Amino acid sequence: MIIYLMKRLGLAAIVVMAVLLLLFSMLHMIPGNPAILALGTRATPEAIAEYTARMHLDEPVLTQFVYFLGSALQGDLGQDVFSNRAVVDIIGERIGFSLALICTGMGWAVLLGVPLGCLAAVRPGSWVDRVTGVFSVGMIAVPSFLVSIWALLLFSLELRWLPAIGAGEPGDFADQLSHLVLPAFAIGLGWVGYLARMVRASMLEVMGEPYIRSARAFGLTPRRVVLGYALRVAILPTITLIGMGFGGLISSAVFAEIIFARPGVGKMIFDAVSDRNFPIVQGGVLVATGFYILVVLMSDLLIAWLDPRVRSSL
Amino acid sequence: MSALPSDPARSATAPEAQDGEARESAGRERREKLMRFLTDWQAVTGLVLVVLFFASALFAPWIAPYDPNAMDIPARMSGPTWAHIAGTDQLGRDTFSRILHGGRVALYIAAIGVSASLSIGLVLGMIAGYGPRWLDNLLLLAFDAVRSFPAVILALATVALTGPSLTVVLAIVILTTIPSYGRVARTATLALRHTEFILAERSLGASTPRILFQHIMPNVIGPLLILAAMEVPVVVSIEAGLSFLGIGVLPPQASWGTILNEGYLVIRDAPWMVVAGGIPLILTTLGFTFLGEALRDIFDPRMGRGR
Repeated sequence: MIIYLMKRLGLAAIVVMAVLLLLFSMLHMIPGNPAILALGTRATPEAIAEYTARMHLDEPVLTQFVYFLGSALQGDLGQDVFSNRAVVDIIGERIGFSLALICTGMGWAVLLGVPLGCLAAVRPGSWVDRVTGVFSVGMIAVPSFLVSIWALLLFSLELRWLPAIGAGEPGDFADQLSHLVLPAFAIGLGWVGYLARMVRASMLEVMGEPYIRSARAFGLTPRRVVLGYALRVAILPTITLIGMGFGGLISSAVFAEIIFARPGVGKMIFDAVSDRNFPIVQGGVLVATGFYILVVLMSDLLIAWLDPRVRSSL
Repeated sequence: MSALPSDPARSATAPEAQDGEARESAGRERREKLMRFLTDWQAVTGLVLVVLFFASALFAPWIAPYDPNAMDIPARMSGPTWAHIAGTDQLGRDTFSRILHGGRVALYIAAIGVSASLSIGLVLGMIAGYGPRWLDNLLLLAFDAVRSFPAVILALATVALTGPSLTVVLAIVILTTIPSYGRVARTATLALRHTEFILAERSLGASTPRILFQHIMPNVIGPLLILAAMEVPVVVSIEAGLSFLGIGVLPPQASWGTILNEGYLVIRDAPWMVVAGGIPLILTTLGFTFLGEALRDIFDPRMGRGR
């Protein structure tokens, strides 16, 4: 396990480095002075000179990358072009909204999708199975941003059940929760179907194993066999799937934040792109990507911990 | 639901089991597959929707009742009527005509995006699977690094530098979908690498490109084509999504994304626009998903239904 852990961490570190390199080269790949790009065309010559010195832009590219790497690893992602506030602080204010959205979205999808998949697998061909089958394909096929728009139209504009925009009053938990419902519903919907199908497929596979037959032969209740024996094994591929699929979930969350005007990191990056506020874009992209890499890493480690066979495969 | 997934053991032994006449049984198997396809309602629905998508996109200029960019200010933001079956937008343009023309953008992106990333992914995947170990690791690392960017985040970062355009959308689509083809091609190549016919080719002195393109590629391409059908919805959704955000196809060109974008701006006053703009998107993604799944079930039963 230790060896696996080291190897996997090493791999994640390399990927993070690659991402940092890409983000660094972002500003250098396009023609033009990076200082003007970062500060905007209205920047004064003094500001440009100051920025050039501070970012070591007059030094060789490799040295610049080392500086960029050093400050990024220390948590310094530069300053907002307009307000001069530290990018890290701005992200800090907003990341809570994004995390709450992503966790709630994934949470309800797991709570509904996994049991649905189990039910469908235990009774293949039953109406639960058929309905789950058709609905899951349907839910996967609909792009999540469209779910967001239609949910906004139906539940907040037509039926007026839930608020349309914002994240709710700070400190008012019930209000914040009511603002969370629709975006979380929208980004989780596709996942319900996805998880149900995945769990159903791996459950069907596991239910045919000899040890399940033995467990049955010993007279264990069906509930015990399914929950205690089959699901334990069948959930493993699902964990990998959840980890890998987080990238899609982050994308969906960006859309949901923009559509519901929720002040999260995704909305921040989007606004910064329109304003050509590069430090914010860079920092936001780094945080979103880093979060994704971290999730994939954790799901891999969890799998390795639960399933010893995986450890030898890296 | 569809027919039950076929038993791989049965279809594998089928040529010997049936009367010992291999040729006839191969023909029978093909007919059987066709029958299974035609009796699967998902497959047929998928096929119909896909054909509808192609036909409406190709013949849009002849089907569309109006010029997609012709403005009719007096009739602006009208609801669905007989004259405008999907209503009009804030400039009085006919939404139905715009949807038909938007399908052309979707088809363009899907055709170029899918074929480009399939070819690049195929070549890279075969190299990774057949080449030396270090190259394999390097390519896998590259795939992982690309996949570490959620598509929208990558698109936003790129647009921040280059400004929005159709080319950027294409580049993003190709870049983000290469890894899935690459991985499938790599796995399939790895499995073939040590088979006897490849070893025989090598001992006959065949060059590596010859082995890759003449012998490995025909065996690898099948699953990739099925994957391509499943990736079309992804590609179409990315285009629509980016255009919705205003960082893809630019107005006044009609695309399903820009229709949704314009509809979103007036969602309180003209809700039919986001409804009408979303329906073709859903029908197209559903169609390709159904079709892709049906093809996969029939040609590659091992991959199963649950992915």
